[in-house]
Amino acid sequence: MSGALLRAEGVVAGYRPDSPILHGVSAEVGRGEVVTIIGPNGAGKSTLVKAIAGLVAVSDGSIRLAGNEIANTPAHRLPARGVAYVPQTDNVFGTLTVHENLRLGAAPLPRRAAARRFDAAYAAFPVLGERRDRKAHVLSGGQRQMLALARALVPEPELILLDEPTAGLAPRVAAEVLALVRGLAARGVAVLMVEQNARAALGVSDRGYVLVEGRNRLEGRAAEIAANADLGAVFLGRRPPVRRPAPRAGAG
Amino acid sequence: MFLQHVADGILSGAIISLGAIGLTLTMRILRFANFAHSELLTWGAYSALVFVGFFMAMDEALGGPIGPLSFGWALVAAAVLAGGLTAAVALLLDRVVFARLRGHAGHMTLVFASFGVALLVRNVILMGFGPDPFYYSNELQIAVRVGAVRVMPDQIFVLGLTAVLVVLLHLFMTRSRTGVHMRAVAENPSLARTSGVDVDAIVRWTWVIGATGAAVAGVLYGLTVQLRPELGFSLILPLFAAAILGGTGSLYGAVIGGLVVGLSENLSVMVIPSGYKPAVPFLLILAILYFRPQGLFGEPR
Repeated sequence: MSGALLRAEGVVAGYRPDSPILHGVSAEVGRGEVVTIIGPNGAGKSTLVKAIAGLVAVSDGSIRLAGNEIANTPAHRLPARGVAYVPQTDNVFGTLTVHENLRLGAAPLPRRAAARRFDAAYAAFPVLGERRDRKAHVLSGGQRQMLALARALVPEPELILLDEPTAGLAPRVAAEVLALVRGLAARGVAVLMVEQNARAALGVSDRGYVLVEGRNRLEGRAAEIAANADLGAVFLGRRPPVRRPAPRAGAG
Repeated sequence: MFLQHVADGILSGAIISLGAIGLTLTMRILRFANFAHSELLTWGAYSALVFVGFFMAMDEALGGPIGPLSFGWALVAAAVLAGGLTAAVALLLDRVVFARLRGHAGHMTLVFASFGVALLVRNVILMGFGPDPFYYSNELQIAVRVGAVRVMPDQIFVLGLTAVLVVLLHLFMTRSRTGVHMRAVAENPSLARTSGVDVDAIVRWTWVIGATGAAVAGVLYGLTVQLRPELGFSLILPLFAAAILGGTGSLYGAVIGGLVVGLSENLSVMVIPSGYKPAVPFLLILAILYFRPQGLFGEPR
């Protein structure tokens, strides 16, 4: 993957400099590729996407986007550089209307460019167009996830970071969201996704990484990872009976 | 008599509303109860007094009353400058005090820091101007009868200006990009930041809008009552009552809250001794926190 759009190498990151959560994690995502990160709770999956999104300080290693270093770029500058991030929870502005949520997505754009992008967003997500002036907090879980995706796509990012996009969704809706994610890649967007629902996520992914305790444990083609029975037992959500789930304390 | 109290209540309510709008915005976006906010009213009122003196010294005619009003163009221009100066002071206070604490100090630390800032501002004004009251103008005004109530032309001006400012602010918050970003930061700063909003710039906008509103409210209070160094201090409770009543972060809530506080203060004197009037906002705060803690227009959290 020498032509990877995103290349993270040896990333050390955490909320406190003296106790990093990531101990040198590497990952790559190419254009048009869906890459899923899996691993047990507390492995640092969310921390990795937050570090790329500029929300967690990177104390060592590098994060390059198309060859340019973006580690520790202030989070609000990243959308203008082509990086979009959709957090796991609270990923829409509930007190704002659907349209105002999309206006937030246009924050990095010059004012004139925004209107055309809104039309494109409503064309891609007709369900949002029908609810343009409704407050986002009245939307269903699936509609919220669509709105969060639509908002993130308004600036036409090159890389989109998704933190558990199917969390809390009914299986049918989760499948719809994952199909949308696959569709993004078909348009050339690079997708880096964290998922608890590993089998379903790997089903739409090209490649996967397994993180354990803040370190790379395994990487490979999505189908190979999904087919590995041992991994199924340890990392795909079916925990062996003797192991207690690690606490979720912010590191998820 | 009842209608007269209603008229007076709406007037003082309008001034409280203007002050409370800034307070509710800063509470929501900066995420602490800023007890120094009411001192910005005092600062605005006194800086307008200085600017009025300055304009009058340049040209006596600028002080001449506009129509039936008690004040002249000197005060209008002075209020505009006072708004700018108060915004600058608020930004300075943020830079040297609040910004240093934001992020790593607890919420209560910011609250106590704001108490300190309030004391400082109040006493600087007391040192500069002394404890005696000032007036913008010594012109006599003739009250006009509107039905059963007597109102001063200045009071009608205050109501009209407040209404215009509230409408302008509403348009700003719903139409402009910065206004929508402010509401987004109020709800979820982290999501706003990752969407590309410069939260620090929004914080500065919040101070500018809050401080300008406070300065205008202070000038209007000075115009319809008088200027005293404890002008803002005496309004702390009404301002907080209005903001909490309306629901923290709600513009319209602050406006309605201000009117409710002004009306209940003025109507209370019909049933309780006027010495207890300052206790009315307290009772309102207690009542609203008991029955509807998120305020009239607040989102339940």
